[in-house]
Amino acid sequence: MLKGNEPLVSARAVSLRVGNRLLLDNVSLDVWAGTIVTLIGPNGAGKSTLVKVLLGLIPSTSGEVHLRKNLRVGYVPQRFPVQPNVPLAVNRLMTLTKSAPPAEIEAALQETGVGHLKDARVEQLSGGELQRVLLARALLRNPELLVLDEPVQAVDFHGELKLYELISRIRKQRGCGILMVSHDLHMVMAESDHVICLNGHVCCEGGPTAVQRNPEFAKLFGPAAVSMIAAYTHHHDHDHESHGHHHHDGDGHAHHHHPRDE
Amino acid sequence: MLDIITEPFFIRALLAGLAVALIAGPIGCFIVWRRMAYFGETLAHAGLLGAGLGLLFNASTALFAIVVSVILSLILLALRRQKQLPVDTILGILSHTALALGIVVIGLVTGAITSHLDILFGDVLTVSSADLIEVWVVTGIALVLLGYLWKDMIAISVHEDLARAEGINVPRAELIFMLLIAFVTAISMKIVGLLLITALTVIPAAVARRLSPTPEAMAVISVILAVIAVAAGLLMSAAWGTVAGPSVVLAAGLLFVLTLAWRRAT
Repeated sequence: MLKGNEPLVSARAVSLRVGNRLLLDNVSLDVWAGTIVTLIGPNGAGKSTLVKVLLGLIPSTSGEVHLRKNLRVGYVPQRFPVQPNVPLAVNRLMTLTKSAPPAEIEAALQETGVGHLKDARVEQLSGGELQRVLLARALLRNPELLVLDEPVQAVDFHGELKLYELISRIRKQRGCGILMVSHDLHMVMAESDHVICLNGHVCCEGGPTAVQRNPEFAKLFGPAAVSMIAAYTHHHDHDHESHGHHHHDGDGHAHHHHPRDE
Repeated sequence: MLDIITEPFFIRALLAGLAVALIAGPIGCFIVWRRMAYFGETLAHAGLLGAGLGLLFNASTALFAIVVSVILSLILLALRRQKQLPVDTILGILSHTALALGIVVIGLVTGAITSHLDILFGDVLTVSSADLIEVWVVTGIALVLLGYLWKDMIAISVHEDLARAEGINVPRAELIFMLLIAFVTAISMKIVGLLLITALTVIPAAVARRLSPTPEAMAVISVILAVIAVAAGLLMSAAWGTVAGPSVVLAAGLLFVLTLAWRRAT
């Protein structure tokens, strides 16, 4: 797929102030077709908020957000409160914002491992099942930009691995851009092209290897996380020859201007 | 005893009631899905103020009811963005202020609110042929708009952020939906009255929820239930001389109770 010379979504110096809290501070990022950009950071770092600003769900206080015109977005939100008032089977949920033939619906569900849940009631799904259905639903839209806000929450460990592999495969096969929020540092490091460490402001960013060596990263996640990831990525290298080929942005750079540090 | 049901006025009442049932069903579904029952009630109370102004200026009460409801919808859309007060509190304030103001205005204009109870409780048995045409035309337009909005409104009901992120124009859909509620409120004024219109939208939809596997089935079933409620209410009125509008709502309430029992039995 052609990458085009314009990012799918870009943010320039975006800040968001709610009351007297500065939730986002001068954040800039681009997501290009065919790449996985991952946001990591502690609770309350503004990861989901940033995603919502990028998608145009929340207006920013200052700075610019640009989504490519008529961009086909597939979104898996962080929270999906099931509405008991709306009678909904999985089948119908799949075509919520775009219709699709039954065969495609089934294929998308099978891709995320929940083909058998096609006729299940949405309110009866477990957290992990719902998460897989939501991912299948986003894929069914054949998105140019896939936005995944903690896509594997509530999914068991084995399923988690498979889903991350799937996400990586989707990027390769379909060439779509993926913006992902994740808590799971292992997977992030294995599959992302560009990692952004967020804590209101961008603490550090770059290719996964560069980011985990960055002192800002250690400050945010603690030395234990750093050594754990180092051990993991080393081990991970042996089973996945695929990773590490997309680190076109390997030079991480850090900014040291967080207001809370002063 | 039931000779009355072949009288032209009764047939007109039935036809007007059917039109309202046809649109109240699907609108009620959206109200239930989006938890907007209180919102609908607020618009209905605004309709009362509109009707009062219509009487004051000696103009169409339905037209004024629509205008005031629409203005209030826009105010509510704007107020929803603020975070100082929760939405239901704002609705509580506006709803009852509009109701009180409506009653005061009607009282001042006509000298006695009691001579205008028809606005509050409906007066379906005096529906004229002109009224009937008006009701069916508005219902027709509303159904077309609703069909156009259908998929978008379901997506918004399920997850508003998701719908918006994936390209659905949420503000436009919400605006059209509010206009629809205002229109339906105005035309139902004569049928069940402003105090009871929310009941005719919400009760059939609430009953239909438990009987329906899909959103579409829920809309169809709630129309059927609303039609039954209208027919049963009017028959009740014919048989026992009860007030027609409240009888329709009572019939709907009875359906709710009956299906509760039925569900417990299975």
